[in-house]
Amino acid sequence: MIDLTEQFRERVLAAAVDKAPLRIRGGGTKDFYGNKPEGALLDTTNHTGIVAYEPTELVVTARAGTRLAELEAALAETGQMLAFEPPHFGEATVGGCVAAGLSGPRRATAGSVRDFVLGVKLLDGKGEILNFGGQVMKNVAGYDVSRLMAGALGTLGLLLEVSLKVLPKPPAEATLRLELPQDKAIEAMNRWGGQPLPISATCWSDGQLTLRLSGARAAVAAAREKIGGEAVADADGFWRAVREQQDDYFSGEAALWRLSLPSKTAPLALPGEPLIEWGGALRWLTFDGPAALVREAAARAGGHATLFRGSDKSAGAFQPLPAPLMAIHRNLKRSFDPQGLFNPGRLYPEL
Amino acid sequence: MGSLDEHRQLTEAEIARLVAGLRRILATDSLLVEQEDLVPYECDGLTAYRQLPLLVALPTREEQVVAVLKLCYELRVPVVARGAGTGLSGGATPVRHGVVLSLAKFMRILDIDPVARTARVQPGVRNLAISEAVAPYALYYAPDPSSQIACTIGGNVAENSGGVHCLKYGLTVHNVLRVRVALIDGTVVEIGSEGLDSPGYDLLALMIGSEGMLGVVLEATVKLTPKPQLAQVAMASFDDVVKAGNAVADIIAAGIIPAGLEMMDKPATAAVEDYVHAGYDLNAEAILLAESDGTPEEVAEEIAAMCAVLEKSGATEIRVSRDEAERLKFWAGRKAAFPAVGRITPDYLCMDGTIPRKHLAHVLTRIAELSQEYGLRCANVFHAGDGNLHPLIMFDANKPGEVERATGYGGKILELSVEVGGTITGEHGVGIEKVGQMCAQFSPEELAAFRGVKAAFDEHTLLNPGKAVPTPRRCSEYRLTGSGKA
Repeated sequence: MIDLTEQFRERVLAAAVDKAPLRIRGGGTKDFYGNKPEGALLDTTNHTGIVAYEPTELVVTARAGTRLAELEAALAETGQMLAFEPPHFGEATVGGCVAAGLSGPRRATAGSVRDFVLGVKLLDGKGEILNFGGQVMKNVAGYDVSRLMAGALGTLGLLLEVSLKVLPKPPAEATLRLELPQDKAIEAMNRWGGQPLPISATCWSDGQLTLRLSGARAAVAAAREKIGGEAVADADGFWRAVREQQDDYFSGEAALWRLSLPSKTAPLALPGEPLIEWGGALRWLTFDGPAALVREAAARAGGHATLFRGSDKSAGAFQPLPAPLMAIHRNLKRSFDPQGLFNPGRLYPEL
Repeated sequence: MGSLDEHRQLTEAEIARLVAGLRRILATDSLLVEQEDLVPYECDGLTAYRQLPLLVALPTREEQVVAVLKLCYELRVPVVARGAGTGLSGGATPVRHGVVLSLAKFMRILDIDPVARTARVQPGVRNLAISEAVAPYALYYAPDPSSQIACTIGGNVAENSGGVHCLKYGLTVHNVLRVRVALIDGTVVEIGSEGLDSPGYDLLALMIGSEGMLGVVLEATVKLTPKPQLAQVAMASFDDVVKAGNAVADIIAAGIIPAGLEMMDKPATAAVEDYVHAGYDLNAEAILLAESDGTPEEVAEEIAAMCAVLEKSGATEIRVSRDEAERLKFWAGRKAAFPAVGRITPDYLCMDGTIPRKHLAHVLTRIAELSQEYGLRCANVFHAGDGNLHPLIMFDANKPGEVERATGYGGKILELSVEVGGTITGEHGVGIEKVGQMCAQFSPEELAAFRGVKAAFDEHTLLNPGKAVPTPRRCSEYRLTGSGKA
């Protein structure tokens, strides 16, 4: 438990005087994500500690540098979890988890990082310490600035503390596997998604659809009966590999694209086979061809494409925004970070 | 109360230009200018505050909304967007020198996609109308505010509305995928997508709950949820509110997230029982309703587990609904709590603080003490699962001084919520009602950050001015009266 708020504040104030950008970094496990990080390193990993944890209030508050693994272990002790199953990719921190805004297999049914953010304490570009949201589940006082921080890649402020909603672990889980071609798998995931079945994760890859059921014992048993398929032996290992991208699919050298699409989108006419999660709404694709091709295909389907991992990010990591939305982004950036100190260019070159 | 007459007064010539411009945009019956026509718009569900607007525009097409906004932007006239006007915090209260932009005529459900489980709707579509329209597909729209028969989805987006099932199914922010929004200058933008996320900042999270101050919702795509096969509710009586509060914590500690978890204290129970005859235990100091939904097997398992916990937590009586009719009967009282209290008092104010549940006993004790101090009765209904407390302060506006006493009492309850680490509003919004208490919950720097967010969308402060975010001057006044955060 170490509180470095004062040091961080001095550092930000000094950076403001020098007009010298800062590169905020926790565990550095997502250095690859977004555009190239720029600026002098501001390491958050020593700003640590679970500040408050009330299992019966379903809320945990932790300093940004707290290891995500440590937080999850503390929750597991009382049978609770971060339901959005964030990827770690190594020794990730809580702050980095929220700043990156990445969620794992359970996201389609449980919700994303931002859905579970209840409050943040942050340092803005003027060195002010600001609190938004809180430690309660319902809070509509003022604009929802805390959720805005999820996925902002640290460009709006330095996260000091984060309060997250937590949930009990489901009493029972089961993982099933069926042989299905891509189009049939997409169809099946959408069909089952419309039924009151306790599906908590889906993954289609290489002609096989794997589904996880979570919930009351009776509900899981009934759903198993209904869906059929074969039980998967090392289910935890399988879902961990998907969440942490240790599955063979992710092992190649080619650029990795992340496509976020309406769930029922038919298989895209792009070279190569995807790995599909989130009931069809998330599609990974290894593809070294032109960025425009992937982005246009995603946009036509009503979604967007992120160049997730790749050596050449000259096309920008994220799908370009329409001008009026970019104008709002620039205004927000200027308001929270008037001198552009925090992670310049990490999200978009203009921010 | 907020200041709704602070905005610059328009000159006669400007008003004439505005009216002439609006007449070009709107059909004759879509523009209200006569006082008798404006009166129905003078307040929303917070009837204690009334203000006539300059005029009311009731467009029927999106191009008209855009044209109205462009004109108002050009003339720098404030605009207050309005749905059904059911809000409880004065979010839709007009401003004196401004236009009320009613979206009530946008009542079409544009598209239902049962496969992707989404519905695309216009902003004036009623919350319950969505669930009714998608019922044939065994789907529904989960957020269910008590006003769901009347309130519109546009208003739900503005307020981030909840309901009795949001502990398990989330708030509006968790159930809206995309909104099409007109900015104050008439620019139309798409925020969010029919996928599960969008590139860039999460503007959707910012837009939801922004009380109509960042943009005007033209269309929303909402997420639909498969209807559970069965729902059942357990009703437990307690001889002590503290025991009831602890029972809630015990249920959650047992790893259960009920579909609904509601509490009523004795005065609330008495008021509703007299109104709906739901068979509530009138001797109980508190009643807890705990609902389970899912497959029949799942519900049986969860109800048994909850009853075991309730019994161990000291419930004096537990009844489980035997069929759907009885379940609805048990809920009828809770859902009718506000009108039921409305029957036993000429006027009431509904508070909306959220508190960490562990402080429930302390907060209820203080509320009872304050009730003595202010000489006003108070009944408490409580979204116990998520800590959202609705004290209903009873008063008579015709008795001299009672309005002020009720407002003062309410203000104290909100400050108490902040003191224990909670918030002044869980789901009703700040509006004009709680704009003063914002100065108690947030520091001047935090409020400045909110104004920065506002300016990022609306630099001239034309959309719903005077609501939700207090001016520095307003906070100085608030602090002079002895409250607020230094």
